Amino acid sequence: MTAATDYTLAELCIVAASKAFENDGEVLATGIGVIPRLAASLAMKTINPDMMMTDSEAWMLSEPNPLGKRGDDFVPACESWMGFSRIFDNVWSGKRHAMLGPTQIDKFGQTNTSALGGTYEAPKVMMLGARGFPGNSISHPNSFFVPAHNTRVFMDGECDFVSSIGYNPARLPKGHSLDDVDIRLIVSDLCVMDFRGPDHQIRLVSLHPGVSLEQVQESTGYPVHVEGDVPVTAAPTQTQLDIIAALDPHNQRAYQIKDNPPGVRTAADFA
Amino acid sequence: MNKQMTATEVVASLEDGMTIGIGGWGPRRKPMALVREILRSDLKDLTIVAYGGADVGMLCAAGKVKKVVFAFVSLDFIPLEPYFRQARQSGSIEVMEIDEGMMLLGLRAAAWGLPYIPTEVGLGTDVINRNPDIKVIDSPYDDKEWVAMPALKLDASLIHADRADNRGVCQIAGPDHYLDDWFARAAQKTYVSCDELVETSFFHDPAQARLVHWERSQTTGVVHIPGGAHPSSCTPLYGFDVPHFKAYTGSAKEESGFQGYLDKYLGGSEDEYQQNVGGLDAIRAIELPTY
Repeated sequence: MTAATDYTLAELCIVAASKAFENDGEVLATGIGVIPRLAASLAMKTINPDMMMTDSEAWMLSEPNPLGKRGDDFVPACESWMGFSRIFDNVWSGKRHAMLGPTQIDKFGQTNTSALGGTYEAPKVMMLGARGFPGNSISHPNSFFVPAHNTRVFMDGECDFVSSIGYNPARLPKGHSLDDVDIRLIVSDLCVMDFRGPDHQIRLVSLHPGVSLEQVQESTGYPVHVEGDVPVTAAPTQTQLDIIAALDPHNQRAYQIKDNPPGVRTAADFA
Repeated sequence: MNKQMTATEVVASLEDGMTIGIGGWGPRRKPMALVREILRSDLKDLTIVAYGGADVGMLCAAGKVKKVVFAFVSLDFIPLEPYFRQARQSGSIEVMEIDEGMMLLGLRAAAWGLPYIPTEVGLGTDVINRNPDIKVIDSPYDDKEWVAMPALKLDASLIHADRADNRGVCQIAGPDHYLDDWFARAAQKTYVSCDELVETSFFHDPAQARLVHWERSQTTGVVHIPGGAHPSSCTPLYGFDVPHFKAYTGSAKEESGFQGYLDKYLGGSEDEYQQNVGGLDAIRAIELPTY
């Protein structure tokens, strides 16, 4: 399959993030947000046809729904009911892989979706709350998408509020091993990473075209482990781009990363 | 047994300091007319347990809330609930912040008469560290530690259903009943507002009876309030009111704040409220959301 030359950074991220689901087999993929949802949908249409997916409301689908308004004649490919109460049965079975966008990710892979700054009793910025992050993080694999890779997200120190368990020995519950935590891929606007460095350190997997190693390190508040020559994130193929376009007919993906930059960036794009 | 009540009678049966569960999820199928009746009352010091949306935000803004038990408070398409944020950031409310699934377990424990349900959810996170009332215990069967999620016992629950008969058989016809069955079971008293009041014979059709998610013995009172979930959705009858939610969140940035919102919309009764938001036909015409 030949690589396309004309693609956006959002499309590159969708394709890179889709690989997180490649070897999952029959698990429910939950992508929260446009790029994670398109990544999971693309994976189901290409590299993992056994994947399961919901309509983000109450039904399991045997085919992912396109995003946004669909025609009156559109018929979703429902295969079972999957209301929110039943989602927890699936989460706790472990047969799920979520891709989410937390506000902070610390060096342990712990995340924060709840509150920033101030005190816990009166935080400076209240956000969503812990949501399902505690349960997701201890029950099944999780991946993250970060649309703006910077030291506010990948911050120095520990998260202001720890919503999800990570590879922090100080917080390891009795009888558990750090290997029980399963953080898969972290896809940002600069690179792809995982936590498979020494002692679960964050590790660079690939650099997006035009991004330097130094740029990633400067934008991350803790050391990023690098092994040998880091590859460039694979460009989408035309087939992948066509599938993405069909899944996202209203081009919502163009509004997910600031200024919707091209997939291959030059120094001018970072100026 | 005829369980029909008015919203005023429901709120009159509630007391200061009670723990109240609210059904629905974020901007979806919230018993907003009952919440508005609380806003019109002098009820106070409530502990609210909810998958929160504007129900929680409004009660906080009106000074009705002592404590919120929550995993999130969000309008989904507007991620951050403005008045819940204000309440948190000013430190004016106590909180018990837990995981979405822990809330389900807490409701189940209350429904089943258990002191707690063990789970691994919450281990290693601040939902345990920040909640001294949630204990971590040893298991008699293995060497691991487990979270003992305590029962979330509710004095009362407020729920909005599509339809009900006057004996308390409640139907949720939309695609998801969320955790409303557990809110009904976890509460001493459950009050259900409904868009349509039907004869008991309506449920003789098994396809209709299949959409009843708890027994009528769990329903204390039924209040017939067409459009009573507005501005939240009651799929398939109507969607959530996006412009109204935008006006609501926008009010938090204005000088008049929540009082300005109340002055414009609340009115002295649900009839007045509905006139202020364009009437029942307008509510019923709101397009269903696309996810």
